[in-house]
Amino acid sequence: MSSLEIATQNETRILSVLVENKPRVLARVSGLFARRGFNIHSLAVAPTDDPERSRMTIVVAGDDATVEQMTKQLNKLINVIKITDLDPEVSVQRELMLVQVKADPSVRAQIIEIAGVFRAQVIDVGTETLIVECTGTPEKLHGLEDLLRPYGVVELVRTGRIAIARGTKAPKLKAVKNKPAAG
Amino acid sequence: MKLTGAQALIKSLEEVGVEVIFGLPGGAILPVYDPILESHIRHILVRHEQGAGHAAEGYAYATGRPGVAMVTSGPGATNIVTPVADAYMDSVPMVVITGQVGTPVIGTDAFQEADVTGITMPITKHNYLLTDPEEIPEAVAEAFHIASTGRPGPVLIDLPKDVSQAETKWYWPDALDLPGYNPTTKGHSRQIKAAAKLILESKKPVIYAGGGVIKGRAADELRSFAELTGAPVVTTLMARGAIPDDHELCLGMPGMHGNYTAITAMQRSDLLITLGARFDDRVTGRVDGFAPEAKIIHADIDPAELSKIRRADVPIVGDLTNVISALSRAVQSEREKKPSPDLGPWWAQLREWQKKYPLAYEGPNGDGLKPQFVVEKLHEVTGGDAILVSGVGQHQMWASQFWRFNSPYSWINSGGLGTMGFAIPAAIGAKVGRPDETVWAIDGDGCFQMTGQELITASISRIPVKIAILNNAYLGMVRQWQELFYDERYSEVALGKDIPDYVGWAESMGCAAFRVDDVDDVIPTIEKAQAIDDQPVVVDFRTDWTEHVYPMIPAGASNDEVILSKAEDPDATEDHVPAEGDTR
Ligand SMILES: Cc1ncc(C[n+]2csc(CCOP(=O)(O)OP(=O)(O)O)c2C)c(N)n1
Ligand SMILES: [Mg+2]
Repeated sequence: MSSLEIATQNETRILSVLVENKPRVLARVSGLFARRGFNIHSLAVAPTDDPERSRMTIVVAGDDATVEQMTKQLNKLINVIKITDLDPEVSVQRELMLVQVKADPSVRAQIIEIAGVFRAQVIDVGTETLIVECTGTPEKLHGLEDLLRPYGVVELVRTGRIAIARGTKAPKLKAVKNKPAAG
Repeated sequence: MKLTGAQALIKSLEEVGVEVIFGLPGGAILPVYDPILESHIRHILVRHEQGAGHAAEGYAYATGRPGVAMVTSGPGATNIVTPVADAYMDSVPMVVITGQVGTPVIGTDAFQEADVTGITMPITKHNYLLTDPEEIPEAVAEAFHIASTGRPGPVLIDLPKDVSQAETKWYWPDALDLPGYNPTTKGHSRQIKAAAKLILESKKPVIYAGGGVIKGRAADELRSFAELTGAPVVTTLMARGAIPDDHELCLGMPGMHGNYTAITAMQRSDLLITLGARFDDRVTGRVDGFAPEAKIIHADIDPAELSKIRRADVPIVGDLTNVISALSRAVQSEREKKPSPDLGPWWAQLREWQKKYPLAYEGPNGDGLKPQFVVEKLHEVTGGDAILVSGVGQHQMWASQFWRFNSPYSWINSGGLGTMGFAIPAAIGAKVGRPDETVWAIDGDGCFQMTGQELITASISRIPVKIAILNNAYLGMVRQWQELFYDERYSEVALGKDIPDYVGWAESMGCAAFRVDDVDDVIPTIEKAQAIDDQPVVVDFRTDWTEHVYPMIPAGASNDEVILSKAEDPDATEDHVPAEGDTR
């Protein structure tokens, strides 16, 4: 079963994981998910405003007990500083998609119009293809993908989600975990 | 002050109080072996790196302080992977230093290169690949802190050769920078109170004590808590001795080869007070059939163990010395408000089971010595005044069943990983850590053949351990499974009784050695072994190869299906599951 199928069976959750920006942290995190049989839907990582810290946004699939285990196991990693289980209600999620789509002159205008509706940008125009860049929620990107598919998708790349909590009050977040974890 | 990385490493180890390193040198770690000559740290040269790792574990078990092992890159490092995994599974504090090829050639498949931090990532609590000698003191300070606090475990430092050769300015960190590591040590007071309430409502409580009680050095607290509540205590394989076997509240070992009463008490319990245990499959049997009516209090230093296997009604994260004392206080104050249920009927039931189904065997002689008899006599002659170490197999279970563990921190074995060959090097480490204690290892003949060469280390380094081989000429535990579950189709389990000649082999390694075939020689030979304190001793006890470890719960079966030997059930004519086992 692909991770995608499992993801659709279970609820997806977004873990925002603050880690030390050290070598092999990504390997530690992804290795942990792999060996404990946890499913990662997507994982995005980059340094934060503090260059010594990175932020991983991990979209996972699982029931409450599984996600609880994931969080606890992640907390045991020495380089993991803090994990936030982001509640979709009070967070903003975005993903970036690049699509190269077949676009001979007869349909080019239609595609550009579709892109416009989605506030996507056409970032490259070739004789036979266009590259469209779009940022948005996963649902929006799915919507655009569905409309472009009939024209012939040559290649499609997505970044995986990143997410951030809305507002400034921490209590709005669900299950904020200050890392107390022993390990 | 300028030092080489190697000198900084040794100085750092001195700084954290290391007194002994178990190791074996080679190319990539060579620079570090030079300053060892000037250090007061004792280095013990093992004969195989696996021995270094298990010796470090044995040292840690015996002293409660991290054991240290040092090996070279590549094959040296991969040879120590098994002990690292063992220490990870059994939460043993250990620091392993591995040499690595120089940083410029890392990633090029250089001579004796192996990605050791990659290989050990899943089996260490944390690991380091150092790239600058300046990082050494900090990494050593952190490694010892991480290994020995929270849930203990192995930490590995991989040190490339150019890093140990380069010069650095010496400093010692006065604070650790570990923003992601802060173990919770004090149990949450609301949870403690909730637990106390459950305890005082329970009519059939069982204290389920695991290895965490030993690792957390909480045996005194456990005993007071048990005496306060009057609840029976089961001690898992990793917790034997956490409360004395002779204590009236102690029911002994539960699990696959536990005794009937300990197993069944958990099955019928209405409350498992779980302290530093982790619902291992060897204890629970089929999880959905385990202790079906019990509520669960689960206290552990590692939050990830809580509700991992069995949902906890009251989870408590914290250091067990703190948590258990807090539980005792809470029970006392709750009791002032409300009387607690009478545990009399529960104890009456437990005593009846104990009387009806004691651990037993037919002995002392069968087709050779009865292994259980040998264990009993070892205990008798030593008066139990010894650290007991074991290998993995039938002999391990007999050691755990038939030794009377009356003091904590004196039983050392490989539970989680079940590593054959653990006993001899671990015994060496234990003896180095507590040289004034007698250290006996009960080993299997199969296990002995895996790490027996470490007796050379013991002889040459003057570490007088004592080894009792329960020589059944078989990989006995595997043979038992083939007999019971594969229709007696014995496949690749015969070892041979006379090859090797254990006495000749042991003598060639500088040990005193004896062979015992006759029941009457058992006690006198143990006495002779006891009297030798200037060299290692090996006793080859020729045991009955047909003997089984009973009771037994088949893998995957429910804990209601305890198989007893006919010696253990007075009503039976052959090995079977007693009728009571099925009733509820
Ligand atoms: C390194 C390793 N290999 C294989 C096993 C599987 N195994 C478990 S017990 C056992 C037999 C042990 O034989 P021996 O040391 O003679 O002990 P006995 O069971 O006969 O007492 C084996 C092969 C293991 N636990 N560890
Ligand atoms: Mg054997």
